[in-house]
Amino acid sequence: MTTAPETVGRPTGPAPTVPATPVAEPVVVTDRLTKRYGKRTVVDALSLEVRRGEVFGFLGPNGAGKTTTLRMLLGLVRPTSGSATVLGRPAGTSVAEVGALVEGPGLYPYLSGRDNLRVLARYAGVGAGRIDAVLDTVDLTDRAGDRFGTYSLGMKQRLGIAAALLKDPALVVLDEPTNGLDPAGISEVRGLLRRLAGEGRTVVLSSHLLGEVEHLCDRVAVVASGRLLVESTVEDLRGLGRLVVDARPLDTAAAVAVRLLGPDRVSVVDGALHLQTSPGETAAVNRALVLADVDVTGLRQEARTLEEVFLQLTDGDADLPPDAAPARRTRRGDR
Amino acid sequence: MSAATAVAGLPVRTSGSLPSIVRAELLKLGRRPATWVLLGLWPALQLVFSLLIPYISYRRGSSFEGIPPEQVLATTLPDRLVGNALSGLPLFGGALLLTLGALLAGSEYGWGTLKTLLAQGPRRTTVLAGQVLALLTVLAGTVAFSLALTAGASALIAGAEGAPADWPGLGELARGFGGGLLVAATWGVLGMLLGTALRGTALAIGLGLVWVLAVESLVVNVAAPLLEVFDTLQRALPGVNAGSLVAALAGGTVRTPGVVAVVDGAQAAWVLGAFLAGAIALTGLLLVRRDLS
Ligand SMILES: Nc1ncnc2c1ncn2[C@@H]1O[C@H](COP(=O)(O)OP(=O)(O)O)[C@@H](O)[C@H]1O
Ligand SMILES: [Mg+2]
Repeated sequence: MTTAPETVGRPTGPAPTVPATPVAEPVVVTDRLTKRYGKRTVVDALSLEVRRGEVFGFLGPNGAGKTTTLRMLLGLVRPTSGSATVLGRPAGTSVAEVGALVEGPGLYPYLSGRDNLRVLARYAGVGAGRIDAVLDTVDLTDRAGDRFGTYSLGMKQRLGIAAALLKDPALVVLDEPTNGLDPAGISEVRGLLRRLAGEGRTVVLSSHLLGEVEHLCDRVAVVASGRLLVESTVEDLRGLGRLVVDARPLDTAAAVAVRLLGPDRVSVVDGALHLQTSPGETAAVNRALVLADVDVTGLRQEARTLEEVFLQLTDGDADLPPDAAPARRTRRGDR
Repeated sequence: MSAATAVAGLPVRTSGSLPSIVRAELLKLGRRPATWVLLGLWPALQLVFSLLIPYISYRRGSSFEGIPPEQVLATTLPDRLVGNALSGLPLFGGALLLTLGALLAGSEYGWGTLKTLLAQGPRRTTVLAGQVLALLTVLAGTVAFSLALTAGASALIAGAEGAPADWPGLGELARGFGGGLLVAATWGVLGMLLGTALRGTALAIGLGLVWVLAVESLVVNVAAPLLEVFDTLQRALPGVNAGSLVAALAGGTVRTPGVVAVVDGAQAAWVLGAFLAGAIALTGLLLVRRDLS
């Protein structure tokens, strides 16, 4: 299947980044995956691909259908139509090789952290030796004897991730792993995710907060109302940045730009030329303008944050809390 | 195994075996305070009502429910072991075990732990099999404990009063144990069915208790004597069959509420077996067919 973004033009010219080459085999493939609850289509003909070894961000506002999609990948929810393949097998049959944390850490409050992992290790059929290893990975060894019910939110989340790692899975699926955490908790989880990615695992990470994941992900898919808006690398998404050009005469400059880039990528805003370009195209634009005898007095690349891209793509139906103010919680004895 | 090797280089891992899952479930049961409370209450109440209260009333020389003291003492002696150890099962034991089953199955939804278990890779039917087998294991332990506790107390009473200690034969004991386990398992699994069907604990426990303590007794005591259709219907109720089976196992008269021989023992065992199998099958069907969201 092709993964060309629908609403975002891939910049022409040399690719601004070097994606993993050669393109790794797909670990997750969904083909027009659809879930309807009654008359509501919650996931709508979703086709995407996650490649081996990448950190894949699955982004979208609350209610976009991210969790439902991940549940289908794990075989917890049956698709209404379409299909999903995980690790080369129909979704749900390969759960044994996938580590997952979906919609919060579901663990037993009356059991200690270690006993929770003991139960799950027996379910997974892995030796008890893995328990100490994953406790160490999530930095919970010291508190492993305490009841899960007494953990802070951040510790609960980390134990949930530990549970997902018990099988030493090639694919780790984490649904909003930073949801509800305070800044310190978020940075703990983020560090953990970096480590997982560094270990060469494929990580699928969902979030409604772009800032959470943009520095972690190789590629992202953005969904809203169950539909795929774009699937691309983070750089390509950000590469939709604006080149703002101050030039005289403006109409000549606009004509040159249109000839170079096409009308869709050129607009005039507040007496300046706004061009949709990738950073690599700046020099070519400048040269063309100067050759056409246009005075260029200002030329600046406005790299948009992914937040902006996201907001534009999801077009206001996003229910986005500001990235800067994540939900605050009191941290009871975290660490 | 072509599917397993579809992606070259990815190690194929399998999920836990059934025995391993049973051990996981036993760990959960053993560490859960509610298990000990609910399973401990039944033998404790059993001891108080079948032995302690009758014995105290005998010691005070008063008659118990209109029965002269010597006959009251006779009801506490070792030859009545099976009845005295199991008589609570049809009613309050049933209520406790139904609550336990509903709690076990329902809380997996409330805590979101069922999806965590399934995410480790086992088939849904394997999860259910593991949970049922673990429940049967602790129920067998509890039935055995009730028999042992009652035996110990009866032996003490017989010793103290110089009364004969005529123990039931091994066959009678085995039948008592098997029958008790059948009744206990039926209640426990019916509770699991309720907890699974309602995906939670509160409503499942509430409905289960109303059924055991109120609805069945209304059908048996109010409706059945008045209308023939209810007289037929009551023979199909789990509580009535549990009471009939325990009455058959106990042999002599047992005055515990709920222990009434409405049908004969063999028929009661079959009906309970059908309830047990049906409840497991229906729970499995719900587990396999429904989305986990
Ligand atoms: N079992 C269900 N029945 C009906 N609607 C559901 C069910 N599960 C999810 N939904 C709906 O599907 C939509 C997408 O939910 P979800 O996948 O949880 O979104 P996200 O994870 O992106 O926030 C939501 O509007 C939610 O209410
Ligand atoms: Mg979600």
